[in-house]
Amino acid sequence: MNQIWTISEQYQGEIKRVSFELLARGRDLADQAGAILVAIVFSDDNSEHPLADASLKELISRGADEVVCIQGTGLSVFQCETWSKNLAALARARKPSVIIAAATSSGRTLMPHLAVKLGAGLTADCTELSIEPVTGNLLQTRPAIGGNIMATIKTPDRRPQMATVRPKSALPLEPDYTRNGLVARLAADPTLTDPRVEVLGLESDIPDFENIEEAGIVVAGGRGLKKSDNFRILRELADALGAAVGASREAVDRGWISYPHQVGLSGKTISPRLYICAGISGAIQHLAGIKTAETIVSINSDPEAPIHKLADFAIVGDLFDIVPRIVKRLEARKTKGGDR
Amino acid sequence: MNILAAIKQVPDTDKVRMDPDSGTMIRAGVDTIVNPLDLYALEAALKLREEHGGTITVLTLGPPSAERALREALSMGCDAGVLVTDKAFAGSDTWATSYALSLAVKKLGGFDLILAGERATDGDTGQVGPGLAAWLDVPVATYVGSIESSGETEIVVRRLVEEGYQRLRLKLPCLATVVKEIGTPRLPTLRGKKFARSSMIRALNAKDLDAEEGFLGLRGSPTKVSKIFYPKVAREGVMLRAGDEAEAEKAADGLMAFLETRGLLAKGA
Ligand SMILES: Cc1cc2nc3c(=O)[nH]c(=O)nc-3n(C[C@H](O)[C@H](O)[C@H](O)COP(=O)(O)OP(=O)(O)OC[C@H]3O[C@@H](n4cnc5c(N)ncnc54)[C@H](O)[C@@H]3O)c2cc1C
Ligand SMILES: Nc1ncnc2c1ncn2[C@@H]1O[C@H](COP(=O)(O)O)[C@@H](O)[C@H]1O
Repeated sequence: MNQIWTISEQYQGEIKRVSFELLARGRDLADQAGAILVAIVFSDDNSEHPLADASLKELISRGADEVVCIQGTGLSVFQCETWSKNLAALARARKPSVIIAAATSSGRTLMPHLAVKLGAGLTADCTELSIEPVTGNLLQTRPAIGGNIMATIKTPDRRPQMATVRPKSALPLEPDYTRNGLVARLAADPTLTDPRVEVLGLESDIPDFENIEEAGIVVAGGRGLKKSDNFRILRELADALGAAVGASREAVDRGWISYPHQVGLSGKTISPRLYICAGISGAIQHLAGIKTAETIVSINSDPEAPIHKLADFAIVGDLFDIVPRIVKRLEARKTKGGDR
Repeated sequence: MNILAAIKQVPDTDKVRMDPDSGTMIRAGVDTIVNPLDLYALEAALKLREEHGGTITVLTLGPPSAERALREALSMGCDAGVLVTDKAFAGSDTWATSYALSLAVKKLGGFDLILAGERATDGDTGQVGPGLAAWLDVPVATYVGSIESSGETEIVVRRLVEEGYQRLRLKLPCLATVVKEIGTPRLPTLRGKKFARSSMIRALNAKDLDAEEGFLGLRGSPTKVSKIFYPKVAREGVMLRAGDEAEAEKAADGLMAFLETRGLLAKGA
């Protein structure tokens, strides 16, 4: 039977939210194509955080029909060559029509590697996917040229059809624990482990680090903040919203905040539900990183700032005056028990 | 250490203007530049050469005019430029591009390390680097923010991932794509510019590379663009002026109401 695969990611024994988003996409495609949806995930039983059966079943409840957990030494953390070789072997045996992965640091590395191994076409960073009626081709739509145009791409003659999907561009399905599905654990072929690469570990306790790609809300500041200390004002807003803090290149280059916060062409492309920026002018390179944000709010004293033109809600005013007023309201709302 | 850096010539996004009425890109008079993100790869290469000696070869696939990009790299201090150019390559997607580049790398031979940018600002896929590594069958590290150590036979890199930095040890030869953190690209020097002007650029065509015909250009590319359209400008764009106290209060209230209606203040937004 026609199979559609999603590549799931885990972090320390927990399936990442982005993989549930991907399953929602996959479910939709599988229903359109009349295919079964297979979630592939890697795990290492001898690691500190092996994937429990409950985690694998979670993939079923989030939309998969089948789960294949490829297991082997060192496989729980991303390692491009080894993952790619294992997937290529499995794909040759099972011949999926579609493989999708999240456009994360791992997905964006793994997929082009695997596409070469499989002689398959790959489209990066898709924001829409659907199945073309009659041909069954995967229609892969992605922003191009800094998000200024959209392109729909097909892979008519080769299989599998592969795509990475921009994180946060879909919502996960609510878990349905009544769903049934096959869960299989598969031992990886150890000869496929690439001896030329050794994962030495993950530094995760870095001061001034932020995971802005996976945040639902990002609050960002630019040169208008005037100095490093003033990021405090934005952090207060971020805390009140449960948001991550981003920054323009100007703010990063001035050393006010570290590079992992940078949004834009030479930083990160993000797609949060809400992007609030203060003291950022909205240069074309900055906008390239936020074009697919669902809602954009700008706070800038210059009525002509280009960011205001892109914003859904623009406030022309002094950020040092406006931001604290917003924080005050958010906090008041919280103490009132605003989440009715 | 013999290093190969893959760079791409792209339109200068700084100069790209959008026509506000039609939402289209105004291409007229747009200059081409070295993909700004590839300058970080060149900087990384130059730093490694300072440490280890060796040579830096810069490789690009593009039209004959892409020679300019190579000369710019030479003016920064790189040693040699190679241009892969042939009408047969026109319309290549990332799969076909990385295939053609891999043939050139094999033909030139003898590299310890291949460096590439994180992505090109025009294609914006980031796929050519890992694809090239796959064709060459060398290990790859993407999003490299720093090279912790480099030796005769291996390098240790820190790559920026969602949760922090993943540290990897890779046997040489390998391929790394780098991000801005690797260092500020140096400017061309006078001596470099002179060298760049007088340097011979080696050109390679499809025949030189013994390329498989079915793998080239538009025809050899698995992906086909079937439609281009302009994103719906759904943003209605409320703009409030907050010039004085009363207006600021109104703007803050307005924003709260706006976020509330969009469901952005609910838990887990
Ligand atoms: C190759 C290349 C790559 C680039 N990559 C990136 C990238 O990844 N990310 C990025 O952001 N940029 C990038 N840039 C830089 C980009 O072109 C802009 O220079 C940068 O985005 C400007 O940052 P900014 O908006 O913080 O500063 P500015 O453009 O100086 O804007 C500051 C804004 O703050 C406002 N302001 C000042 N005081 C106040 C106040 N009290 N209250 C409210 N508003 C105030 C001003 O009106 C102004 O609009 C790149 C450029 C190039 C050439
Ligand atoms: N035509 C090309 N010639 C040489 N290198 C390229 C070419 N296209 C892409 N690259 C390299 O691959 C990286 C990623 O490009 P892309 O996959 O197009 O986003 C670039 O930063 C370059 O280092």
